[in-house]
Amino acid sequence: MSSDRPTRHPEQHHAQREFALQYHAPGTREQAPTQHLLDRVSSLRTGLLAFAALLLLHAVPAFAVSPTNIFDPAATPARSIFSLSMLILSVTLVIFLIVGGLLFYAMVRFRHRKDDSLVEPAQIYGSNQIELSWTVIPILIVVMLFLSTTRVILETEAAPKPANAVDVTVIGHQYWWEYRYPKWGVVTANELHIPVSDPKSPTPTYLEMTSADVSHSFWIPRLAGKTDLIPNRINTMWIDPAVPGLYLGQCAQYCGAQHAKMLLRVYAQSPADFALWIKQQQQLANPDLSANPLAQEGETVFLHNACINCHTVSGTVANGRFGPDLTHLASRDTIASGPIVNNPQNLRQWIADPSLMKPGSLMPSMHLNDHDLDAITAYLTTLH
Amino acid sequence: MATATSGLEAIDQTRSAQPPRPSVIYEWLTTVDHKKIGIMYIVYALLFLVIAGAEALLMRIQLAVPNNHFLSPQVFNQLFTMHGTTMVFFVGIPVLFGFGNYLIPLMIGARDMAFPRLNAFSFWLSAFGGILLYLSYFAASGLYGAGSAPDVGWFAYAPLTARVFSPGHSTDYWTLSVLLSGIGTTATAVNIVATAFCMRCKGMILTRMPLLVWLFLVTSCMVFVVVSPLTAAQIMLCIDRYLGGHFFDTQAGGSAMLWMHFFWIFGHPEVYILILPTFAFMNEIIPVFSRKAIFGYPAMVAASVGIGFVSLGVWAHHMFTAGMGPAGNTFFVFATMVVSVPTGIKMFNWLATIWGGKVQYRPPMMFAAGFLFQFLLAGLTGIMLSVAPFDWQLSASYFVVAHFHYVLVGGILFSLFAAFYYWYPKVTGRMMNETLAKWHFWLFVIGFHITFDLMHIPGLLGMPRRIYTYEAGRGWEVWNMWIGIGAIIQTVATLIFVYNLVHSYFRGKEAGPDPWDAWTLEWATTSPPPSYNFAVEPTVTSRRPLWDLKHPHDTDSSYE
Repeated sequence: MSSDRPTRHPEQHHAQREFALQYHAPGTREQAPTQHLLDRVSSLRTGLLAFAALLLLHAVPAFAVSPTNIFDPAATPARSIFSLSMLILSVTLVIFLIVGGLLFYAMVRFRHRKDDSLVEPAQIYGSNQIELSWTVIPILIVVMLFLSTTRVILETEAAPKPANAVDVTVIGHQYWWEYRYPKWGVVTANELHIPVSDPKSPTPTYLEMTSADVSHSFWIPRLAGKTDLIPNRINTMWIDPAVPGLYLGQCAQYCGAQHAKMLLRVYAQSPADFALWIKQQQQLANPDLSANPLAQEGETVFLHNACINCHTVSGTVANGRFGPDLTHLASRDTIASGPIVNNPQNLRQWIADPSLMKPGSLMPSMHLNDHDLDAITAYLTTLH
Repeated sequence: MATATSGLEAIDQTRSAQPPRPSVIYEWLTTVDHKKIGIMYIVYALLFLVIAGAEALLMRIQLAVPNNHFLSPQVFNQLFTMHGTTMVFFVGIPVLFGFGNYLIPLMIGARDMAFPRLNAFSFWLSAFGGILLYLSYFAASGLYGAGSAPDVGWFAYAPLTARVFSPGHSTDYWTLSVLLSGIGTTATAVNIVATAFCMRCKGMILTRMPLLVWLFLVTSCMVFVVVSPLTAAQIMLCIDRYLGGHFFDTQAGGSAMLWMHFFWIFGHPEVYILILPTFAFMNEIIPVFSRKAIFGYPAMVAASVGIGFVSLGVWAHHMFTAGMGPAGNTFFVFATMVVSVPTGIKMFNWLATIWGGKVQYRPPMMFAAGFLFQFLLAGLTGIMLSVAPFDWQLSASYFVVAHFHYVLVGGILFSLFAAFYYWYPKVTGRMMNETLAKWHFWLFVIGFHITFDLMHIPGLLGMPRRIYTYEAGRGWEVWNMWIGIGAIIQTVATLIFVYNLVHSYFRGKEAGPDPWDAWTLEWATTSPPPSYNFAVEPTVTSRRPLWDLKHPHDTDSSYE
């Protein structure tokens, strides 16, 4: 390393001894035990290799299996983030290899050796040229990264909205999701259905998001980055998966006791399937209960209990808005915002005491007797 | 420095003439001696470190397997709130101010801080803050029976803290304890600035001031700017909760974003407030164990001041997902990326200091070596997070948790361990046991890397932070199991360290005044230093007064 300031010549050891005498401190200069350093470096290398092997062993299946892998994008916003992140990862990897390599080299090469003399090394105070170079090069890297970042920000946040985009209003609640399709008058909960978007004539889904209580965050890693749902504020984002399928995610902003069980399910459907779904969701709840006396009784229990204060079943007097709309409950795969499979046993247990399956859930236990529970479960399973 | 010998003689003479001592407890409770206050800060922070570490361990046990029922969601949420709040306000700040308190007067050749009584006042305020926070476990249920420890998270986003969503008094305990500690922090910052500007010994112009003092000066100036918004926000929250205010009450037209801005204009610079003092330790330790002067002293000072300024303009990178729009996002991307430039300068200057030296791998330098690699990695994941679109995926995921623990544990805690091993002989007069130190180092390195390297991965696989449990089949299980194992190894290592602290206090080798053959003024007095530090005010002519003394024919002062 060169220097624009004078380097100083090594000093002799006797100065040390003078100092020690002066301060009544005998033997202040001890030898560092560095003889085993090389052994240690090699055992360190073995350890690192074992660690890397362990990592690979676990990483390959985990990344392959995970339905929420950010490096497996399935929509445009997630894809542009993915390619940007590859650029960032390569740049940072190169920086790590260079700087980390230099550090490692310096730490091993310039270690104190057992047979070193007690002479102090040459004292170098600095160099303006060198300081300038390691100021300017990082600035250039920063500018490069900044420009590529700005492009993706604009591509995602300032993208023009196509005329035939689908609009959905998303409202976060403690601890479930409400979805409204204003164009079709459909209201549903926890399972978002959208049409796939053909890249040739895109029909992306635009989500207008807000919250009824505290902040939440909408995150489907394979479709897009997350966007917060903040009360008294409207945020928007868009997604456009091209392949039909189920995309998973969950709330990503701490929102209270059951933040963990506020899961997201997005069903991307072919345009025909989506149209069919919309049509079905537009129906009023009009189950034919004549052949099913238990369900008939269940309807009465439902409509005469506090259930209707919070839940809507369109076509009946139940029009509460505090909890999920139940008009087509039986058409959903899950209950309780994702964590529980929707089948009669689970549904019955859930109604009996929600806090058993989701402690902290705001739905109270109605203390129904066994017969009423059976009845209400039978009624709810008819709401297709 | 020609007076140093006579100074030591003077100490011997005055020692016998001291009046009889009052009881030990009385002495510590009423002390205004910066060294005793420093030690109290550090011991207090260590106590909370053990508590908050235990909280972390409980959380890792809960998350080690999917669908675990070890902790209820309420308890888990309280644990991460207490863990975060404790670590930032009652471990990080006190331990760093403890070192600052102890070292700054010694390093600038002063007898005490500028305002000794204010110093004691701010220590006790911080101490009461921590105690108040933990009293919530017993007292916060209040009239509603609805509380215990706070469970709103350490950044306590509005409106989760409103009375509707957080009944009982748990949030009030959080608010008041943070408020108290903030006042204590500000008072200490005033003290450090006054001390650095007014108490330096003869000859110590600002450009000869040790880098440690420079960095504490920058940190303290940052405290003035950023702790005030936090204090203001806490008061506004109290007004909302009890006096019918609507600052953050979204049901009445208040703004949740307002809280985010107030919190993060404190919260992000706070990270720099914690990391700059640990840079300060590195600036002292790396040169001494490389046997070379720090490379680029003026650049190091400029970079520190630069970090201080730029870090005040980056807070909203915590809000990239809050919908600020392209203009806001772009600005904060740029500001955040710019911080990496002065930070890089520091890294390169440390590298250049090592280059051409004779590096002695004693315990402080081992931890410093760990710091350099881990801080490099933490900085690089920081660059990833500064890229707003990438952050839309990574923020609030376990990747972020891994990133900031890389900074806080891999950077700050490693640097703190280095500082403990380096200055322990000065504080106690005894060396710490090196065999135990090596066990501590290697176990901690292994545990750290198992936990925090692997913690990045579930984040990439979509695991959000602050969830008390998760379902199987998302690709997260195996990582969380290993993270838990690493946490246990780190716990063992920390216990070895604590044992070493106690053991060496009674059994350690006598250290003498200058065991590391170092160059700054604290090593020019006895270990431990007398209450007045220096019998005679030292005079310095360079940045390394003890080097000059040890090498009279080749002094620094002839080059500066």
